[in-house]
Amino acid sequence: MEQIKHQSRRDFVKASAAVAGGLAIGFHMPGKVAQADGGGGSFAMPNAWVKIGNDNQVTLMVARSEMGQGVATSMPMLIAEELEVDFSKVKVEFAPPAEVYINSLLGGQLTGGSTSVRDAWEKLRKAGASARMMLVSAAAAEWGVDASQVKAENGQLIGPGGKRMSYGMAAPKAAQMEVPKDVPLKPVSAFKVVGNAKQKRVDTPMKVRGEPVFGIDTRVPGMMYAAVAMSPYIGGKLKSYDDSRAKNMPGVKAVVQYSRGVAVVADSYWQAKKAKDLLRVEWDQGPNAGLNMQKIWAGIEEAAKQPGATFRESGNVEEAMPKAAKTVTSTYTLPFLSHSPMEPMNTLAQVSADKAIIITPTQFQQLIPHVVAGATGLKLEQVEVRTTYLGGGFGRRVEVDYAIDAAEISKAAGGVPVKMVWSREDDMTHDSYRPAGKFGLSAGLDANGMITGMRFHSTSPSISARLFPSVVKDGIDPFAVEGIDNFPYAVPNLKFTYQMHDTGVTVGYWRAVSHNLNAVALECFIDECAVAAGKDPIDYRLAMVDMAPSKHAWSGLSAGVAVGPRIKNALQMVKEKSGWGKPLAQGKGRGVAVMEGYNTVIAMVAEVTVSPNFDVTVDRVVSVVDAGPLVHPDQALAQMESCINFGQSACMWGEITINENSVEQNNFDSYRVARINEAPKKLEFHWIKPADNQPPGGLGEPATAVIQPAIANAIAAATGKRAKMLPLTPENLRAS
Amino acid sequence: MNITFNVNGKNETVDVAPDTPLLWVLRDTLGMTGTKFGCGKALCGACTVHLNGMAVRSCQTQVGSVAGQKITTIEGLKMNAVQKAWIALDVPQCGYCQPGQMMSASALLAANRNPSDADIDAAMSGNICRCGTYPRIRAAIKHAAKNA
Repeated sequence: MEQIKHQSRRDFVKASAAVAGGLAIGFHMPGKVAQADGGGGSFAMPNAWVKIGNDNQVTLMVARSEMGQGVATSMPMLIAEELEVDFSKVKVEFAPPAEVYINSLLGGQLTGGSTSVRDAWEKLRKAGASARMMLVSAAAAEWGVDASQVKAENGQLIGPGGKRMSYGMAAPKAAQMEVPKDVPLKPVSAFKVVGNAKQKRVDTPMKVRGEPVFGIDTRVPGMMYAAVAMSPYIGGKLKSYDDSRAKNMPGVKAVVQYSRGVAVVADSYWQAKKAKDLLRVEWDQGPNAGLNMQKIWAGIEEAAKQPGATFRESGNVEEAMPKAAKTVTSTYTLPFLSHSPMEPMNTLAQVSADKAIIITPTQFQQLIPHVVAGATGLKLEQVEVRTTYLGGGFGRRVEVDYAIDAAEISKAAGGVPVKMVWSREDDMTHDSYRPAGKFGLSAGLDANGMITGMRFHSTSPSISARLFPSVVKDGIDPFAVEGIDNFPYAVPNLKFTYQMHDTGVTVGYWRAVSHNLNAVALECFIDECAVAAGKDPIDYRLAMVDMAPSKHAWSGLSAGVAVGPRIKNALQMVKEKSGWGKPLAQGKGRGVAVMEGYNTVIAMVAEVTVSPNFDVTVDRVVSVVDAGPLVHPDQALAQMESCINFGQSACMWGEITINENSVEQNNFDSYRVARINEAPKKLEFHWIKPADNQPPGGLGEPATAVIQPAIANAIAAATGKRAKMLPLTPENLRAS
Repeated sequence: MNITFNVNGKNETVDVAPDTPLLWVLRDTLGMTGTKFGCGKALCGACTVHLNGMAVRSCQTQVGSVAGQKITTIEGLKMNAVQKAWIALDVPQCGYCQPGQMMSASALLAANRNPSDADIDAAMSGNICRCGTYPRIRAAIKHAAKNA
């Protein structure tokens, strides 16, 4: 199960032809029988997810992008569970853009929001079951027996009297059978594939051998390479360029202008890059001329004076606050962050007069035909998109900018296939950054230290206002209030507001999105309140957990109901498992944080050592995770490990700054990320047993946000210093 | 200009400018894309290969300087103990940095059969992984050391 091929557009168009009839079932897209598979054989598709060759090869379609989170394994596991096939023998294939593959939780064929397993949990098991039922019906019809007399087992159909038929034999007929309306599913207790603790990733062997699986590895005959000169200024525009030296460099085939700048097209990347360095380009700084952090922070502070849009309110905070015995007030300042996946942005595009082929590492394949058609004048159906493996995504590859660029460059270069590769500098300075913002919190405490009134006022840019403006309503971007609209504490009087403010800097979805802003500020602040109240931070939280089953209004991706009992349970368990309260040596501290996000509850305790110079070492992180049933347990664990690493880098060192309207960090020397010697010394995980019928929660993101306040709170416990400005560098800690 | 060097046991002659980084000769000229481009400045280790058995960053190694030398890339590890350990522990997530990680780990184990945590830190801290596979990398190196 190692070879992963791309379904060709041709196969897909054939397969989807039957959809025009308008089948209502979301997972069904019948294929024509006996299509040529291009290798001398043929295959049939009972539905959009299952392809069965006449050689009995079962291929399962993966409609999400594999960027490390393991969907190329977990998605097919769900189909295979009900299809009754040997999982070790199936192949997987990335799906092309098509309506049937839309992620119902996001409304697009888009990988993000920790939704892949949540969306697929029932849908893909039903797809597998439905295909199996059609195979059974086909065999029953062939044998003239009732379907109830046919059993599907391990890729075989077994009928009365020892009759046997392989899936490959039955598939062409199965693809023409009626789609079952009622598709019963196995109970969780009968699972054989899903939840298998020993299941390995399907893509590990080829990644370990260094096989060409990433976008940047793609090669097609006659391919040229492009290196680009893009505006160093945010929102800047090309004024003029002189290519007299560049165009005469060895290997250079063309120097072309495109929307974003100038591209050098050459026989090899290095030739293109060397020639690109010889371009003399003049840029107009554009509307943001002279932008710098001082102006950005001043703008945010000014905007923060606005009342903002209220996204959660109860009781009467105006009346409650003056009655408080004690008031705690804080403003947290959080910086822009870069995604910086290890594979820099790239795309291979071939745009001719009547066709565009776009081979790209993308999280959002569905959008690409639209934007490439728009950029090239081609029709939507003339754009073919093939998704490669992604060398990291983290939200950066939800953006389709680099696919548009490559398409424009190929077209301008006369339609040759062009692989555009960004340098690390291009990548880091042309990111869509995690929004910076200021988060003002105030709490009124009663005589016992309990919070009776609370204000939360966020001032930060909206990502969705640019990418999905239709979801922004009444001044509220639902993705900007994540991690706070589901505030988990019972506070009788509260008012939470969001003030949208555009800083001029392009902002994008960054792993865990606004949980990284709101929940970080909130969980640090709750610790401040605990200190003010003279209470233990875990006991303080436990005493305030909101157990009421209320519903909150905005975040589309969180649990959607109060999750108090789960939060309480996780906090209690992390208290016990972490050895909370046991004495620590001088210079060491423990910090806790808890959050629900993506319908997963995580409670975390971090232990740190802080040197007299404020250098921080993370010694140990104990996580309690309530994520419901796990499809692929080992990789659920890997996602926790991954998020902790990503969040640790962000809170300890991550900071993108702007000066002279340019991003100041451009490589890993100026934008520091965790290295192996800086990773937490010890990670411990405890998984909460799912309740009956509990659906899976997302795991690709939430811990990214939880680790940050856990570390900040641990530093505060160790030193008494609470940095109100991230990252938690020695400079910021010393200044706090 | 023709430059000849040995890659994974096979002599290759390439006609490229001698200042071309070995990385791009491997990837574009020889079509061996297992060696990855990450930063172009020897900051991330994704491009790590062996030059006469030593781990070097191929993005900062001019091809002219390796004429007549022996280069080993991920394609040439031939499923060694490190690769087997990487599979046994399912180390890769996105997998992009992993060829470089495995080249660094293989060089470490060739020089030190039983590396301590500090040895691992010293040999591996030049290789960045954004997916956070560090705990598994550390465990896999120890696993490979035991099973080599």
